[in-house]
Amino acid sequence: MNIDTFIKQIEDEFDDLKPGVLKPDSIFREVFEWNSINALILIAMVKTEYDVTISADDLIKSKTVNDIYSRVASRIEK
Amino acid sequence: MAIFSIPSIRLTGMAASVPQPSEHNADYTWISKKEREYLIRNIGVETRHVAPKGVTTSDLCVVAAEKLLNELNWDRKEIELLIFVSQSRDYLVPTTACIVQDRLGLSHSCIAYDVGMGCSGYVYGLSMVASMMQSGVAKKALLMVGDISTLTTSYRDKSTYPLFGDAGTVTALEFNPGATPFAFNLQTDGSGYKAIMIKDGGARHKMTRQSFDMKKISKGIIRSRLNVELDGIEVFNFSLREVVPNIKSLLKYTEKSLDDIDFLVFHQANLLINNTLRKMLKLDPEKVPYSIREYGNTSGASVPLTMVSQLREQLTTGKVKLMLSAFGVGLSWGSVLLETDGIVCPEVIEFDK
Repeated sequence: MNIDTFIKQIEDEFDDLKPGVLKPDSIFREVFEWNSINALILIAMVKTEYDVTISADDLIKSKTVNDIYSRVASRIEK
Repeated sequence: MAIFSIPSIRLTGMAASVPQPSEHNADYTWISKKEREYLIRNIGVETRHVAPKGVTTSDLCVVAAEKLLNELNWDRKEIELLIFVSQSRDYLVPTTACIVQDRLGLSHSCIAYDVGMGCSGYVYGLSMVASMMQSGVAKKALLMVGDISTLTTSYRDKSTYPLFGDAGTVTALEFNPGATPFAFNLQTDGSGYKAIMIKDGGARHKMTRQSFDMKKISKGIIRSRLNVELDGIEVFNFSLREVVPNIKSLLKYTEKSLDDIDFLVFHQANLLINNTLRKMLKLDPEKVPYSIREYGNTSGASVPLTMVSQLREQLTTGKVKLMLSAFGVGLSWGSVLLETDGIVCPEVIEFDK
């Protein structure tokens, strides 16, 4: 798993997201209109691709794409 | 572990009844047009059939049962068991199933009772009916499953209002020594009871004047303590965590694979949950029928309603191997593997008051 693949996978899930806009240090709530449905789409992608669960708490504590990525990555290695 | 099989029970017929289609999520002006489009695309609900005031779950179930019993040509006096599974009973007291026993003209030697379950109710209901029949209690039985969920949603709660629809269903089962066994895997995790709940109006928190106060919970969510509340992320993660292992354990127990099954019918939670579960199991869309677009999430009725509305042709014409999997409020979840062979199944009935 690396962050470029992770960003590519997010771009694939969100139709409104133009490729190249999302960067590791992007604040994801500002890049696309963040709402509860988007949260579910992201959770579903991470679960199917990595078999990792993102909780509501993970989302609250994450600001950037890299924050979420690190949380997911740390659980894969376990 | 609650994995078990019950022989000699045959699913003979089923029917479903819904109110007229009355609500379109494209017209749900509590949220913006863009949000509505996004909701319809991802959560998957376009139309919802909402019961008019005064119409109860048992009304819908009775209409479905009248139609089914006439087509089955069953002698009503032979029905010795009636189980009504719902979270929207006619009265707090008495039991709805007793009233239905009389309305349908069933015999006084009929066992009738309610079970208060929601999303997982159909699978649990089948297990209760099958177990009682297996013990020799009844040769013919009716299982009613349904809810008027729209009674308790707040219009100003975007997380529940556009999701739920109303429906009532009935399933006829009979004792038949030659029938292929039903195999069940039933599970519970009450630690998640707050994920879907109505706080007031039960014995724990009786209804008070304050129960009616509308409070802003977050953006787009205003509700009272008498409205149903749903923690979307919690329910989502629960579903993705528990459903697939439950199905896999049942397949292992029965020494079957998903290739042996013609259709997998999920509780219609929302499109995103169901599509994700389908992808996790690597199943083709043709094998996993949906009814959520037309009816929304109809609580415990969603599995039988999906069968009647989407699989009627297959169910009425030949053998069908089914995996039914339902999950939600409780938290409670379960799956059943069963086989049908040319059942009686009238088209979905539109309830006319």
